Amino acid sequence: MTALPAPALQKERRHLRVHQAEIGDRIYEIVTTACALVIPALVIAIALAVFAAAWPAFAKLGLSIVTSSEWDVAKGKFGAAPAIYGTVVSSAVALIIATPLAIGVAIFLSEFSPAWLRQPIGFLVDLLAAVPSVVYGLWGIFVLVPLLRVQVMPFLRDTLHLGSTPLFSGPAYGPSMLAAGVVLAIMALPYISAVSREVLLAVPRSQREAALALGATRWEMIRDAVVPYAKSGIIGGIMLGLGRALGETMAVTMVIGNRAEISASLFAPGYTMAALIANQFSEATNDLHLSALMAVGAILFILTLIVNAVARWLVWQVSRGRAS
Amino acid sequence: MRALTVAALMMFAVACAKENANQSATSSSTATSSGGSVDLTGAGATFPYPLYSKWFSEYAKNTGVKINYQSIGSGGGIRQLSEQTVDFGASDGPMSDEDLAKAKGGPVLHIPTTMGADVITYNLPGVTTPLKFTPQAIADIFMGKIKKWNDSRLASVNPGVALPNEDILVVHRSESSGTTYIFTDYLSKASPAWNASVGRGKEVNWPVGLGGKGNEGVSGQVKQTPGSIGYVELAYAKQNRLAIGAVKNKAGQFISPSVSSVTAAAAGVAKTLPATTDYRISISDAPGADSYPISSFTWILVYQHQQDAGKGKKLVDFLNWALTDGQALAPPLDYAPLPAEIASAVRERLKTIDSAGTK
Amino acid sequence: MKTLRNRHWISGAMIGLTYIAAVLATLPLLLILWHLVKKGASSVSVAFFTNMPHPVGEAGGGMANAIVGTLILVGIACAIGLPIGIGAGIYLAEKRTTPIAQTVRFLSDVLNGLPSIVMGIFAWELLVRPAGHFSALAGGAALGAMMIPLVTRTSEEMLRVVPVSLREAALALGYPRWRTSISIVLRTALAGIATGALVAIARIAGETAPLLFTAFGNQFWSTSLRQPIAALPLQIFAYAISAYDEWHAQAWAGALVLITMVLVISIAARFVTRSKFGAAVD
Repeated sequence: MTALPAPALQKERRHLRVHQAEIGDRIYEIVTTACALVIPALVIAIALAVFAAAWPAFAKLGLSIVTSSEWDVAKGKFGAAPAIYGTVVSSAVALIIATPLAIGVAIFLSEFSPAWLRQPIGFLVDLLAAVPSVVYGLWGIFVLVPLLRVQVMPFLRDTLHLGSTPLFSGPAYGPSMLAAGVVLAIMALPYISAVSREVLLAVPRSQREAALALGATRWEMIRDAVVPYAKSGIIGGIMLGLGRALGETMAVTMVIGNRAEISASLFAPGYTMAALIANQFSEATNDLHLSALMAVGAILFILTLIVNAVARWLVWQVSRGRAS
Repeated sequence: MRALTVAALMMFAVACAKENANQSATSSSTATSSGGSVDLTGAGATFPYPLYSKWFSEYAKNTGVKINYQSIGSGGGIRQLSEQTVDFGASDGPMSDEDLAKAKGGPVLHIPTTMGADVITYNLPGVTTPLKFTPQAIADIFMGKIKKWNDSRLASVNPGVALPNEDILVVHRSESSGTTYIFTDYLSKASPAWNASVGRGKEVNWPVGLGGKGNEGVSGQVKQTPGSIGYVELAYAKQNRLAIGAVKNKAGQFISPSVSSVTAAAAGVAKTLPATTDYRISISDAPGADSYPISSFTWILVYQHQQDAGKGKKLVDFLNWALTDGQALAPPLDYAPLPAEIASAVRERLKTIDSAGTK
Repeated sequence: MKTLRNRHWISGAMIGLTYIAAVLATLPLLLILWHLVKKGASSVSVAFFTNMPHPVGEAGGGMANAIVGTLILVGIACAIGLPIGIGAGIYLAEKRTTPIAQTVRFLSDVLNGLPSIVMGIFAWELLVRPAGHFSALAGGAALGAMMIPLVTRTSEEMLRVVPVSLREAALALGYPRWRTSISIVLRTALAGIATGALVAIARIAGETAPLLFTAFGNQFWSTSLRQPIAALPLQIFAYAISAYDEWHAQAWAGALVLITMVLVISIAARFVTRSKFGAAVD
């Protein structure tokens, strides 16, 4: 038996290693792709289930579910327009409040905070995600709503003279769209903040040094060199916060006043789709009622799709604009 | 470090496998009462939860039989019973004919276990004597027709009380609930105008007012808002030390809600019950001089034909206990015990439960 | 006119605003924690950790079964949610703009916005109704499904900020692609991924709605995966909506214990992942 000549043996070994690498890569591809495809599978499965359950209501009531404001179970009328309006408004208010705060604290932690303070403050903000929503609701009822009714709303209405504007008009009972927006902002905050903070921390030092070397002030360095690098991550965080705000039920229903009416004022009580479903699902037994609730779920699904699509489009426009 | 993670995951997996092997060996559906697992599972109404948790705890101490009850709402209880994922349901409102037809295990028996009351609670600082309300006044307030506290329709039945010239802020329930059903059922009987416009139901299209979430939401709202009025279960008004109104009953008396006045309401209705009643009855606006008009049963729902003979027996034994010894545990928790004639009639009804559903 | 002095003044003002943001952002949790401690600390005792729930009027009730139940449910959820989420995150970070990747990213955000009660109903249809009974597995699966979009997106974002130079260096040294991704890129982003995972764990540890129809809750001690199991959010919810002050106190104590548990898990996880693998390199 002749032994293989040395160069051929080495070639043999190299081929083996490449082959192993190829198998490894193939398995890696398959596993990660499979994981990724779980998400569309879940979404499609849930969408099918929800739309199938909602179909009887859509067939019977048609578009009135979306356009009508009258929700009367006894009479078989299911109009969810106030809930749709409320979902959009409360989430918008929540993001308007939460985004600057979250990005602000993320910038603080990544740029200015002393190293020993970073972990504790990071924890304190991230832990907001761990508070059960029922606790948010109860805290909202006993602390936030009285605070709004006694301090904040009179301040906005009288001291800042905003009471004459449509946004802040009407009696201030406490439970209101504003209360819901504030609670949702607190609940969305940790998602935006955690992601933004980690992404900002990961921006290479060279970026910062380059900007400073070019004569930027510290703020300009952050605005022009650090944040753009982290932009994708920050937007991702905002989308996560938005998702939290759109789907939250328990805390919202305890502080929003649960009034199925569309009102321009933030002081007025309102309703959201998620709250509507949660409020009525455990007690509903009538088939049409259950189907109508699933229909509201389907509409929420579609709304989430639209909102996400619009947000993505906006991001694309903004990043395109900056690049040019 | 990777080795550590892998080791941890493997230990977790092994623990899970062992656990599952254990459980399939001692199968949960025929668990003995001395084993680790639960004997019976029930779901439904939140209203009787404090009383039921007392009952199940005492019963487990006396007999070792473990009953796991979770308050996911009356509708949830009815649904889970229909799908047979629980052994019994519990509801504050009777099942409709439509619901009964959908139950997969056959005919369902309604077993009244205890009673509760919806009370009118309000926040008027400075008014110390309990206010009196007529049925029409309550309906008019909740329809928005009486807007101020010093309206003549309230003042005329409360002579000598200084009612303020303030707006009435109505607080109702935001979500579906048995409490709302009881209240609107009563108002539909008390006021033809209410019956025509709003009607009865677990949730209704409230003409006026704010929605509070749950009994605790309404009582919390009323407690914090001077000039407000709402309806809550008796226990919530008492525990929160809220003012409670007296309501005029069918016999013309102004009655305050209490354990005894609610029991009296059921006793008043019991006289008119046929022997074949299925107990899906309302006891609101009951006859009798001492009856509190906004009272209601709460029911445990069981299949007449049980599928598992062992579980069926445990269920019937428990219900018998609940209808006898258990009733004494109700008043300290602000629940009204069933009048004796109803309790014994229901126990007779329990004898019709058989294991004819066993496969 | 944007003079140097103006620019410095603006810089100082904006920096001041971030300090204010930091204060405002930490305030809610401190307020809530203080409220929880004020109302619940008195009920946290040894009995709380060792006893089962007691009816009203009987002192010494605890939430031992709920504490263990939550740990088990979180464990199951992580076993499902973390591998799938990180795997999907790796996929998205590598395949950035392909149509499939864009669709998956989009749908992930949509899934994240689903009310948790819908997830619970879905899990009930799939895992409880066919089985004929509630189970810890069904509850863990519902929670795990909720974790997936969160873990996916956060992992993706953390992986994307790893400099390309690191990957290129490893490939140049002869590492196969899969090994580069796992040993080099993933490891570098591990701290960030851990943050994302912890936020996801924090979120699901406090969820009530999905558990109502899946894990169901249990008044008694049970660690079995095929039976209903107690969970802290369920017990907190049941007690918080009751009329009784003693149950309210227990609810607040339960919330305090829940948040502390998440805090402990966070600290432990960060200790394990951060101590060796520092911040990103340039």
